[in-house]
Amino acid sequence: MSAAGRRAPLLETAAAWLLALLWLSPLLYAFWAAFHPAEFATRFDLLAPLSVENFAKAWTYAPFARHLLNTVILVTMILSVQLVLCTLAGYAFARFDFAGRDIAFGFVLVQLLIMPEVLIVENYRIMSRLGLVDTILGIGLPYMASAFGIFLLRQTFKTVPRELEDAARVEGCSFLGVLWRVYVPLARPTYLAYGLVSVSYHWNNFLWPLIITNTVNTRPLTVGLAIFGAPESGVDWGVISAGTIMAVAPLLVAFLLFQRQFMQSFMQAGIK
Amino acid sequence: MKHVYGWLLLTPAAILLVGFTHYPAAATLFDSLFSTGTVVRPSRFVGLGNYAALADDPIFWQVLGNNFWFALGTIPTSIALALLMAIWVNDRLPARALVRMAYFTPTVLPMIAVANLWLFFYTPQIGLLDQIGAFFAAPSHNWLGDPNTALACTMAMVIWKEAGFFMIFYLAALQSLAPELEEAAKMEGASRWYFFRRVTFPLLMPTTLFVMVNATINSFKLVDHLFILTKGGPDNASSLLLYYIYQVAFSFFDTAYASTLTVVLLVLLAGLAVVQFQLVERRVHYR
Repeated sequence: MSAAGRRAPLLETAAAWLLALLWLSPLLYAFWAAFHPAEFATRFDLLAPLSVENFAKAWTYAPFARHLLNTVILVTMILSVQLVLCTLAGYAFARFDFAGRDIAFGFVLVQLLIMPEVLIVENYRIMSRLGLVDTILGIGLPYMASAFGIFLLRQTFKTVPRELEDAARVEGCSFLGVLWRVYVPLARPTYLAYGLVSVSYHWNNFLWPLIITNTVNTRPLTVGLAIFGAPESGVDWGVISAGTIMAVAPLLVAFLLFQRQFMQSFMQAGIK
Repeated sequence: MKHVYGWLLLTPAAILLVGFTHYPAAATLFDSLFSTGTVVRPSRFVGLGNYAALADDPIFWQVLGNNFWFALGTIPTSIALALLMAIWVNDRLPARALVRMAYFTPTVLPMIAVANLWLFFYTPQIGLLDQIGAFFAAPSHNWLGDPNTALACTMAMVIWKEAGFFMIFYLAALQSLAPELEEAAKMEGASRWYFFRRVTFPLLMPTTLFVMVNATINSFKLVDHLFILTKGGPDNASSLLLYYIYQVAFSFFDTAYASTLTVVLLVLLAGLAVVQFQLVERRVHYR
């Protein structure tokens, strides 16, 4: 390589770092504002005193504990039902040659396109008929049969060698026993990837939960945060930053710990 | 027996899928042919009346146009940035893991939290943008309150949020390229830029197309930020189709018209799905 070619990487390294810093700056700023008294929110001074008062204020201004509990209940409920339903349906599509299978699979894939948030008007009507408005079950129900999950597990189950199933059958396993003892253990990486995507999606989901909930007892973190952070609420920056950090912290910490796994899972979700 | 077992296994998921995807989609189409019922005037069949109203609704055309500019303003820029990020992170770079983490972090944050953080940048006078402006003696500007800048402000934020997500697809594609290509190019004395332009970029075309279609579909679903930043305003200058549907249904309570708007959104998404499907058929997407 020429001398000019050797210098380019150095320049590029600097540019890559600069962009990384720029990309992190909104978060870094939020941490600055959250950990300093209000008068330093817009003034940068390395000697500014640190304080956790903003977190204490945010905690009392909004029922964060309740929102956090609601979100945890919501994502746990959605994921556990999704895992059961998608496993059963994925197994049916992968290993049972039943009548109408291909048409049924086509109908399942429609949901990849028409996500529940597009059908907010009708789904709200259905939920009010079922008496599920303002319940955590009402937030989760439209997402529980996940086309993405069914698709992913079908693909995984298809790669399991038939011989393993036959061997288990000879040992006297029922067809559900085969699913539980052979297919599910072999699909563990898929379950992990799907679980990460599902939890992050529903931890962050906003529009449908906003529409279907009316009270503190059901609102998840995102909805609570939107009410709390809205400009008309008149809360100052440090407190909003503190609240925002509290709301994203669990997911952010999980991401920092399992970066590679997160990126791979998100990529799988994108590719479908 | 295989028929019985197959359907038995599928039934629980099928009930929920039909109940919350297929039935509401069909009901949306059906409702768009009726007027919104009130206490005094019950709902009645109006045929394509709602669609005629839609064609005459200036706000509908405005939000559709906004959606177009939103897609055009965010997708090419975030794809270009994603490609740049992927190439950098793919190189042997000091603190590479940290840089990659920085690029990807916005992806895992909820849109609401992101909007809360960015709102501060755009606040007149005390916001970061105005503080930088003040340094250069520029007058204060109400970024989100000005119809000329509101949509652009939301676009800047979405680019920040999406670029790192698209980066991971390019990163995977770059890692699957044969290293011999670069060695051969070096032997021939090709410059880095020439190699990128003539070899890397064309080979990444499938990924680019794939990301582009997905980004377009996404651009119709991204509305959370509007609830914090602008509420679609001023005068619908930053509103998008799905946000308008939300307003019509839950602020103006005109459910029939909201259903009509939803049909338009469904048709747009279906059209994009056809494009996407054809890309898959031609095997030009990333595997």
